[in-house]
Amino acid sequence: MSSQRLTALSATALLVGLFLVVGYFLQERTAGLQTVKAASVKPDKERHKAPEFTLKDADGKTVHLADYKGKVVLLDFWATWCPPCKLEIPWFIDIQRKNKDRGFEVLGVAMDDNGWEDVKPFLASMKVNYRVVVGDDEVTKAYGGVEDLPTTFLIDREGKIAAVHIGLASRKDFEDGVEELLRGNGATPVTAIPGAVPAAVMAAKW
Amino acid sequence: MVGKRDAAVQTKIPVFIQSGFHVNSNTPSDEYLIPLAVKWGALGALEGAQVTFPKPTTAKVGDEALSVFTGNIELTVNFKVAAKAPAGPGVASGTLSYQACNDRACFPPKKIELNIPYQVQ
Repeated sequence: MSSQRLTALSATALLVGLFLVVGYFLQERTAGLQTVKAASVKPDKERHKAPEFTLKDADGKTVHLADYKGKVVLLDFWATWCPPCKLEIPWFIDIQRKNKDRGFEVLGVAMDDNGWEDVKPFLASMKVNYRVVVGDDEVTKAYGGVEDLPTTFLIDREGKIAAVHIGLASRKDFEDGVEELLRGNGATPVTAIPGAVPAAVMAAKW
Repeated sequence: MVGKRDAAVQTKIPVFIQSGFHVNSNTPSDEYLIPLAVKWGALGALEGAQVTFPKPTTAKVGDEALSVFTGNIELTVNFKVAAKAPAGPGVASGTLSYQACNDRACFPPKKIELNIPYQVQ
């Protein structure tokens, strides 16, 4: 009987050890989350260039971050298995709809291991109106080893990272950050009213 | 875990989930969520390996209620020792897969190796 107990205990000890490691990992990640403020937009001089990447969208078309130069980009790392990511998606759909004509785009980077097999039906069910690519280890490494999902970068018109949200943020944080970047900080002037013609274009016409 | 040939044997797998975190239950509330699951590899002299999970709890993210496990839980595994199993020690192995979140973020799916030593009498 004692040998039975001993054997069972050794198995248990091993499992406990493994889970303590998991617990340690998770605690570390929490600590990381707590130190990150809900992102405010950094001053221009503190911004760094967003790493370039080349990934494929749902239609198999190649997407480069450089394609978005001149636009404000909300770059969202997410996954179908991430409920906080799912919570943010309707906000991004709405922000995309409201600001698309102002030089703004949401670009999703899905981190699902099964790729499009899971991502395509999910996008359809959520009626996502912005472009999504499937990410890989290379892109997450370039962006600092994105482990916590969602992680969202706001990128200015010059292709520089102006803000980072790690974990679920508020809709207002995103709306305010996008608005601030669309309005200025030395960026290309844009019209505030969707569909309006900029004064410079008007002058050229007449 | 010790058993005679053709006998039913049981073991428990303790799972400790760090405070403030949860893992999806074995029956997640959404088809895209990744369940807590055990996949057996080599069972050696054991057969069956039916896993019973505890009753899940609920975590809310926005309006969505998720079926999750939190805190300390135990998985119960029922084996049967093969009728023609040779006497002596062995190890049943498998993997435990899980995907953890807290109320603000989720973390990539992980796997942990399970090695359950046994003795056939």
